[in-house]
Amino acid sequence: MDGQQSTIFRTPLFEWHAAHGARMVDFAGWSMPVQYTSIVDEHLATRSAIGITDVSHMGRLRFEGPGAAVFLAELLTRRVSDMREGQIRYSLVTNEQGGIQDDVLVGYYHNANGQPFYVVVVNASNRQKIVDWVHAHLPPERAERPGQEVIFTDVTRLWAMFAIQGPRSVELLQPLVDVDLRWMRYYHGAQASILHPAAHRQGGIISRTGYTGEDGFELSVGASIAADVWDVIVELGKPLGLVPAGLGARDTLRLEAGMPLYGHELDEHIDPFQAGLGFACHLTGYDFPGRDALREIEQRPPRRVRVGLEMVGRRVARQGSRILAGTDDIGEVTSGTFSPTLKKPIAMAYIRREYAEPGTVVSVDVRGRMEPARLVPLPFYRRNNKGA
Amino acid sequence: MNPNDLRYSETHEWARVEETPNGKVATVGITAFAVELLTDLVHIELPNVGTAVQAGQPFGEVESVKSVSDLNSPVDGEVIEVNDAIVDHLETLSNDPFGEGWLVKVKIADEAGLAQLMDHAAYEAQCREHE
Repeated sequence: MDGQQSTIFRTPLFEWHAAHGARMVDFAGWSMPVQYTSIVDEHLATRSAIGITDVSHMGRLRFEGPGAAVFLAELLTRRVSDMREGQIRYSLVTNEQGGIQDDVLVGYYHNANGQPFYVVVVNASNRQKIVDWVHAHLPPERAERPGQEVIFTDVTRLWAMFAIQGPRSVELLQPLVDVDLRWMRYYHGAQASILHPAAHRQGGIISRTGYTGEDGFELSVGASIAADVWDVIVELGKPLGLVPAGLGARDTLRLEAGMPLYGHELDEHIDPFQAGLGFACHLTGYDFPGRDALREIEQRPPRRVRVGLEMVGRRVARQGSRILAGTDDIGEVTSGTFSPTLKKPIAMAYIRREYAEPGTVVSVDVRGRMEPARLVPLPFYRRNNKGA
Repeated sequence: MNPNDLRYSETHEWARVEETPNGKVATVGITAFAVELLTDLVHIELPNVGTAVQAGQPFGEVESVKSVSDLNSPVDGEVIEVNDAIVDHLETLSNDPFGEGWLVKVKIADEAGLAQLMDHAAYEAQCREHE
């Protein structure tokens, strides 16, 4: 629950957002821009050119030391010990029952001195929970075990992070970094120098990752240079069609891309298999919390599964709307919006497996009135395969 | 249309009350401030002619990308005309919320409720507080 938090965090871009007409909202304890102009305009600009979004609220947890690889392998659902430098993996943190505590990206990098470290990117809403979970599994005697030391640092407030997403992002960012972005593969990243005086000779981490279904990058830079680097990117990007995009567009973009969001499609009562995230669970390697439970869960087909819905009419089914087949309650909407790309309402939902066939028509209770909807395969939107 | 001549509800509807041979009729819409707050309008649901409406109660809904909001009637009465043309032309509502973007006309049944509505100055003050 975010309500416990008394101070609202500001990212290093807070003043910039305020000066550029952003409508600010409290999101997971952070004051964040939901939109600058219009969600639809920001969304479509990201699909056709570039959107830049401040995602400095995302939690960044850094792990290093000789024991870091094994520690993370025993914390995350997916193997990390075999990751190569520059590789990034989508993974989960599960509880002992196999319920999802968070979905994360884990990246493996070497710093300028050649020393390896991992960065685990967690949801802002789960940061404290995961930090506590790490501490619970990393008591001093474990963290200081000779030869297997693990140094854990929450670097969230030290590093800003920008999502620069859209088909023209390589063109925009290539002149600014000393790594070849054209050949950087999806789910890969690198420690990079930033080739601009605004960076004051500081580097950053750039990765070909995102939450939009578009080609694009995420760039982490130190908080002290963040505003200057952001300004440079925005100015260079304007002639290419770049617009700043708020969390509103980020949500519609990820929904079209069929990507789950914690608190909507994912929570502690949902297991990875019903969420369609079985690929992120490696059950034969290291023992992590929830592994044994997941081995059992994997044996039986899930009762409910995650599906896509397209509304037949114009009314939007939103989180919490019940789904019916005849008079049977068969599921619930977890996210819904109006799709700016498809120009119709779309939603993600959990639905009883026997109804989860694409093409099935169901009824959704939208504020007391039943609306027809059709099950469709996820994602709703898939970009042309340009770039990596 | 002069916003000074309108009456306003707390939930951002406006009403223009006119005498007609059939009694008092309120033309009802939502304010420019509301349209600005909603920004990305995607859908509007309006009632049928003949629907009875009550002051402070929903008579329809307006949906943006981010959320859905009730349209609340500022007056008691019966819907006698509906601006069906805007359902497929939401830009009319965005561009001219106090004119071509009107939503319904209501034959007023009970004038007592009118006194509850704000004048322009009071409504402006409420909007400033919101910001």
